[in-house]
Formats: sequence, C-alpha cells, structure tokens
Amino acid sequence: MSTGLSISAVVVVVLATLAIGTWGLRFSRTTSDFFVASRTVRPRLNASAIGGEYLSAASFLGVAGLVLAYGAEMLWYPVGWTAGYLVLLVLVAAPLRRSGAYTLPDFAETRLESRAVRLVSSLLVVAIGWLYLMPQFQGAGLALRTVTGSPPWVGGLLVAAVVVINVFTGGMRSVTFVQAFQYWLKLTALLVPAFFLLLIWIGDGATPPTAAETGVSGALGSAWGLPMTSDQPYVLYTTYSLIMATFLGTMGLPHVVVRFYTNPDGRAARRTTLVVLALLGCFYVLPPVYAALGRLYAPDLITSGHSDMVVLELPARMISGYGGELLSALTTAGAFAAFLSTSSGLSIAVAGVLSQEFTGRRLAGVTAFRIAALVGVAVPLVLALLTSGVSVARAVGLAFAVAASTFCPLLVLGIWWRRLTDVGALAGLAVGGVLSGVAVVDTLSGAERTGWTDALLAQPAAWTVPAAFVTMIGVSLLTQRRRPVGVGRFLVRLHTPEAVPLDRG
Amino acid sequence: MNHSEHPVQRVRVTSPRVRRPRPPRRTGIAEIDRQSRVGEIYMASLLRAQLRLAVVVLAALAATVGMLPLVFLGFPGLNDILILGMPLPWVVLAFGIYPVLVALGWVFVRAAERNEQAFADMVERS
Repeated sequence: MSTGLSISAVVVVVLATLAIGTWGLRFSRTTSDFFVASRTVRPRLNASAIGGEYLSAASFLGVAGLVLAYGAEMLWYPVGWTAGYLVLLVLVAAPLRRSGAYTLPDFAETRLESRAVRLVSSLLVVAIGWLYLMPQFQGAGLALRTVTGSPPWVGGLLVAAVVVINVFTGGMRSVTFVQAFQYWLKLTALLVPAFFLLLIWIGDGATPPTAAETGVSGALGSAWGLPMTSDQPYVLYTTYSLIMATFLGTMGLPHVVVRFYTNPDGRAARRTTLVVLALLGCFYVLPPVYAALGRLYAPDLITSGHSDMVVLELPARMISGYGGELLSALTTAGAFAAFLSTSSGLSIAVAGVLSQEFTGRRLAGVTAFRIAALVGVAVPLVLALLTSGVSVARAVGLAFAVAASTFCPLLVLGIWWRRLTDVGALAGLAVGGVLSGVAVVDTLSGAERTGWTDALLAQPAAWTVPAAFVTMIGVSLLTQRRRPVGVGRFLVRLHTPEAVPLDRG
Repeated sequence: MNHSEHPVQRVRVTSPRVRRPRPPRRTGIAEIDRQSRVGEIYMASLLRAQLRLAVVVLAALAATVGMLPLVFLGFPGLNDILILGMPLPWVVLAFGIYPVLVALGWVFVRAAERNEQAFADMVERS
C-alpha cells in the first residue's frame, strides 16, 4: 500500500481540523461559549455536528471489521446506535434541553437537589468518557500503523495532541464547526470509494459475498450472511442484550447529552434529533458494503486479526494504481476525522465535568477548563497504551452498556416519574454502575470464560439495566419522605413549551 | 315641568345582584404558577399525553425492529430469499431498518409538537 497519499490525507485532515477550530476562536469569549456554544446553534448545523461527533472509530472502522469477521449478527451494532437516537428523541431530547443544565451532573443535581447524586454522576461521566476515548486512541494507533508502519502509540498521541490544541483554542463553539465538517467528510470518505468498489465488483461478475469460503473460525461461507444461525450458543440472549445496551445507552453518553444544551429550545432539540436520525441512517448503510466486499477481496484480514482495517485496505486492493491509492487516502482521511471528532466531543464533556467538580474550585473558568482537558485526554491515552486486544466496536459497546445501566434510568425516571428520590437515584446508579463495571473490567482483562458466564459478562446490559431500574424505583418508593420539594416546578420546566410564559423556578 | 327647581336625582338602574361576585378567573398559566390543584391537573394532562405518545412510539419500535431476532430465528426460510446475492435478513438489517427509524421519529416529532400546542392553547385561555 502506497503511503505518500494516505499520509498527506492524514495531514490535511489534521490541518483542516485545526484551521476550522482556530477560525471558531473568534467567537469564543466566555465560559459559556466554551461549554455549550452559548446555545445558539441551528438545528441543521447542530445535527451535522452531532453526527460528526457520534460517528466514531467504532462506526467508521469497527462496524465493517466486525461484520467482516463475525457476520450478520454484528449488523445490530449500527442499527442499535441509530435506534438509540430514536429512544433518546422520544424520551429525553426536549426535556433535557429544557432542564437548562450544562451537563448530566447538573441535571442530576437540579432534579434531585442533592450534591451526592451530582458527585456520583460526575464520576460516571468521567468513567464512561474514558472507556469510550480509549478505543478511539487505540484505533488511531492501528490505523496509522496500517498506513505508515509507525508504532501503535504514535497515532493515539497524534489524535490526543490535536484534540487538546483544539479544545485549548476554541472550546465547544469552534468544535461545532469542526464536527459538522467532519460528518460530511466521513460520509464522503465512505460513499465515494464504495461507489467505485461496487462498480469493480459488478465488473468482476458480481460474485455473491456469501459464496466466499475463507476457512476461518466463526461464521463460514454461506452462514456468514445469516443472523441467528451462528453456532455460538446464547445468540438470542446476546442479541437482545446488545439491543438493550445500544438502544438505551445512547442517551447516557456524556458527549451526546452535552450537545442537546446547544439547541435554542426544546422544539429545536427534537427537530435536531430527527435530522441526526436521518444522517446516521445515511451513513450506516455504507460499512456493511465494505464488509461484504471484504469477504470477497480481503479475506486474509480475518485470519490475520486485522479486520478492523478493511475500510482502509479495500480500495487499494480492489483498484490498482493511482485511483486505488487516492480512494484509500480518502478512507484514511475519514478515519482520522472519526478519531478527531469523537475524541474532541468526549474530551470536552469529560473536561467540562472535571473542571466543574475539581479544578474549578481553585482556578478561573477558562483556565480550569483547559487544565481539565489536559487531564481528561492524558488518562485514557495511557490506558489505551496499556490495554489492547479488544476490538474497537466491542470496547465502545461496553461504554454503551455502562451508560444504559446508569444514566438511562436516571434520565428516564428523573424526567417522567415525580416520585424519584435522591437515595433511590444513588442506589440505582451504584447497582447499575458496579454490576456493569465488573463486567467491563472482566472483559477488558481478557479473562477466558465459557458458557453462560461468558455471555452474561460480555453483554451485561440485559440484566444490569433492569437491576438498575428496579433498584431506583424500589428504593425511591421506600424513601418518599425525601422527595425533593421543587419537583413540581422542575417538571413544569422540563415539559412545557418555552413559548408559554410560566414560572419555571 | 319645572326642571330647574327640583333637579331629579338620577339613579342608574341595573339588574339586581342576586349572586355572589365571581372570583376573578385565572388562566391555566396562573393556576400552574400557583401550583394549585387545577394547575396540577393541567400539568398531569400534558405529561400523560406526552408519555402515552412516547410509549406508543417505543411499542412500535419493539414490535418492528425488536421482533426481528425472533423472526429470523423462527423463519429460517427467509434466508433462502436472495437479494443481490445476499440473504433477505442481511439486507433488512444492513439497509432496511433506517427508514423505519426515521419515519417513527418524524411521526413522534409532529405528534409531540401538536400535544404542546394543545397544552399552550388550553392554559393561555382564561
């Protein structure tokens, strides 16, 4: 694979990201700019930004890799990541915007009038953020190694450095422009090569990808194309657990939630989310195309364990000469856009919480935010260098499981159930966080398990989410005397349209 | 008649006051702001309408997308239907679900805005 073009593609994306970030600097003046872009972002720009932020390394590289290696069952990942936005739209989008809070801990504290809930929420935001940042840095390392042969830590460090510079100079406002740009870059980077690759495939006689016998373990030949037929037991449990984690976990991701506060009002928040649904749907039809063609043209990636790289390798393999190199450079550019955008969003969310909770006590607003950003990026970078071997999309899947087991019950009950109490919320967060946390640590440590134990720990959401909901509801019912006094006024704020002149507390 | 000597005291004649004066009518907005029983009822009706809508949309999601794993498991014959060389379940999972999700989202946004408009009309009337 020729490296010159792909390296230039990486350089161009990095420079473009920095340039747009700096251009946005002119607008950033106050702490409010840094956090939530002063709440003036229009639905369509905001939707592109959300899409750009959400489509991570897991979406851009991981989905195609997983589908290539494990078959149709893995298509539930992109479906779940999109359906998660529908659930978010239906249950929390408008109320969350109307709550008027900057971050998830802000929401928790205002709703439950409790500092303790706020602190636990902050810890969870940081934990989920780091769990999600880790695979981004790992993916960047793998991608840069594929392109240049550099050691794996170089790519991670590069992405971390760009993110920190961007956050330092612009905060959220400039990031909004960067993210919006990166959605369209990512879409183009998959769409254009896919078009040419399909033409080549048709020119080669359009062999069905299911005919490819690749002689690797897992789904073989024709069975690869079929969901629910893999020889792996517990497949029904695993599928439904994955559905639960992704459908319910999206609303609890810190970088997703912080975006809702940038909408002007609740109605705009809903419309933005609807546009996001459409943008995600347009994007996610593309990775399966790469996976199916990879089955025919790059089956050796499965045996070598580098299936995550199929999106980067496929164009150069199918099209010889300059054209193939150019298209590979394009997908590489898209991959780096994915690393940069998701990492920026997550870093800002984590830095926002860190600076509010910890560094903000001693330092002035913007300085505290910058210090927090530095810490927020450094820790997962080190973690990424220490752990490896878990596929990018699977690691992200674990972050979803933790979010679904903690913030999903907190948000849904906090918005729709007036009897939620601070003690109930704390108990639910603790149960959900500890149970899913144990499963995450066990999976990341690479312990070999079999049978039901393996299925339950690898996809924990199906039992941790109900456990968290039941605990939160049960303990709240037992502690009704602690129901916050301002809950009535707060529900008025969450659910009434802004145009009605009500007292919102 | 001599009007100038005995000017008649003029009296305004109105209907007799047989009922208690009405309490000033409050708008729904005022009731909600006072957190009165009436205000609670206004809020409960909005919450119930929005929650019912959410449940309906989520039920539709569960009945369509959520049933697919069971359908694929229960009807293996679907795998024999090929589209461009790929089995039907693969094509549905890879391409077919997204339009359904967007359609459900669109229906929800319209209905939720209608609910809010109805609420606003109700509480702004006095």
